[in-house]
Amino acid sequence: MKKLDLIKLPFSKNNPITVQVLGICSCLAVTAQLKPAVVMAISVTVVVALANLIISLMRKSIPPRIRIIVQLVVVSALVILVNQVLTAFVYDVSKQLSVYVGLIITNCIVMGRLEAFAMSNKPLDSLLDGIGNGLGYGVILVILGFVRELFGRGTLWGYPIFEKLGLYNIGYENNGFVIMAPMALILVGIIIWIQRSHNKELQEKS
Amino acid sequence: MILRDFFDKLKPNFSKGGRFEKLSSTFEAFESFAFTPNTVTGGKVGGGYKGSHIRDAVDLKRTIITVVIALLPALLFGMWNIGHQTATYYGLDWGFWHQWWFGFLRMLPIIVVSYIVGLGIEFLFAEIRHEEVSEGFIGTGLIISMIVPVTVPLWQLALAVAFAVVIGKEVFGGSGYNFLNPALVARAFLFFSYPSHMSGDSVWVATPFHFAGDVVTGATPLGQLMAGQPLQASALDMFIGTIPGSTCETSVIAILLGALLLLATGIASWRIMLSVVLGGGLMGLLFNAIGANEYMQVPFYYHFLMGGFAFGCVFMATDPVTAAQTNCGKWIYGFLIGAFAVLLRVLNPAYPEGMMLAILLMNCFAPLIDHCVVARNIKRRQKRWATAERRTA
Repeated sequence: MKKLDLIKLPFSKNNPITVQVLGICSCLAVTAQLKPAVVMAISVTVVVALANLIISLMRKSIPPRIRIIVQLVVVSALVILVNQVLTAFVYDVSKQLSVYVGLIITNCIVMGRLEAFAMSNKPLDSLLDGIGNGLGYGVILVILGFVRELFGRGTLWGYPIFEKLGLYNIGYENNGFVIMAPMALILVGIIIWIQRSHNKELQEKS
Repeated sequence: MILRDFFDKLKPNFSKGGRFEKLSSTFEAFESFAFTPNTVTGGKVGGGYKGSHIRDAVDLKRTIITVVIALLPALLFGMWNIGHQTATYYGLDWGFWHQWWFGFLRMLPIIVVSYIVGLGIEFLFAEIRHEEVSEGFIGTGLIISMIVPVTVPLWQLALAVAFAVVIGKEVFGGSGYNFLNPALVARAFLFFSYPSHMSGDSVWVATPFHFAGDVVTGATPLGQLMAGQPLQASALDMFIGTIPGSTCETSVIAILLGALLLLATGIASWRIMLSVVLGGGLMGLLFNAIGANEYMQVPFYYHFLMGGFAFGCVFMATDPVTAAQTNCGKWIYGFLIGAFAVLLRVLNPAYPEGMMLAILLMNCFAPLIDHCVVARNIKRRQKRWATAERRTA
């Protein structure tokens, strides 16, 4: 596989959320606003990339029977590091994300990439694969965060954009449904719908 | 027939190779709206019939038209009631026709917006998919306008209708393939998106035109019970429907007229209607027996008269596409709708009306109920066959 494809494919034909349908839980929970979504996207990208790299370096010395434990130790260590960094530098956002930073450990994308890719590929490839998948996950998060914050709260990154445009004066109102998790799931569904109708390869033969 | 000639003359333009080939679905829709088509809905496709509504030779168009006629008493009464509520709450001295005309003028924009947005999307999808435009929305569009508060902002209604038609119906393949009732999807969307316009005391009474003064508020019976206030309306008021509420669902008597037509023509299932009433009644009796607070002590039959229970029971729980299909399944499906509706009303402090959520919930479970009923039947017959086999052996 070409090196470039490792980064490119998770954005299109092999997106972790819209094609593999992994990591849905956090993607519904943290995308009510744009800022936490971006922070979460970066955090997951860092964790997946580094975990992939480390496991790939160790892959020949890990006994197959206890590989999951070893992977978990590596991922946990990385997640704790990320959590410490977030609490130190962006305290308010880390408060908003609450348990979901810790839950990166159980994010299916992380474990999935370790099992499916890092255990059987070279370190550089694994690093690229991790970055690609983290960003592929992140791009969906950012789209959701953008749409949900804009229509649910009328703000972007905390900036009251609809108020400045004067939309409330002509009778516009924020949509409370968009803030709720069910609407996030429907939005993911719409993204999948759009992607599949553009990409014929993804459609099952009926 | 001038109209027939007109359509015949236009037809070549819209058929394959014609100038307006892209608009063939639109043309077909208008043509078959004006004339009864030669074919009935469905027909054999790969050994099975398409569309779950097909039970006999009645075309889907005729089914929908019957539903629309059944809705008319409630619609006409609702229009009068809008004017009546406004006149009562604002202390205006309006005659019968003045009240009705006011309600008509308030209802008209709601109905028009609902139809234009919904049918517009239906036509668009039909053109994209090269299918005939389905008639399902003729009924749905009217029902949507009948179950919203009269003061609903029109742009919110338009958004809700668009959401309901696209996410509630078209993504699953259009009329006959949806598993949720589209009209209720629209209402649920409004309810969760803009709760301040869908519940509370200030949305049920329309302000008169050219009115400058304090807006008067009027609570529905359900709203009063929720707030722990004594009921103002008597059972007779609620039965006739002269109470504040969603546009056209207040009058039980007008809804019953529609129910009679639906039952007489066999379009709606009597099993579902009866079991919804049974479920709601039993749950109401259970609460009466517990009687822990004032809401629980409300006579059980009040639940049939308040809010959208009657309307939901007659026109939405019985939607043949989203209801259970097996006879035994219909009993379970209807019973649970009634029971859940009353349960939500009395016990959940967040939602004054449980009928909408109860029907949507059971819509989700209808296929599962059917599956279990069919599987149990197969098992029972297998067992019977096995014993018969042993006896002969």
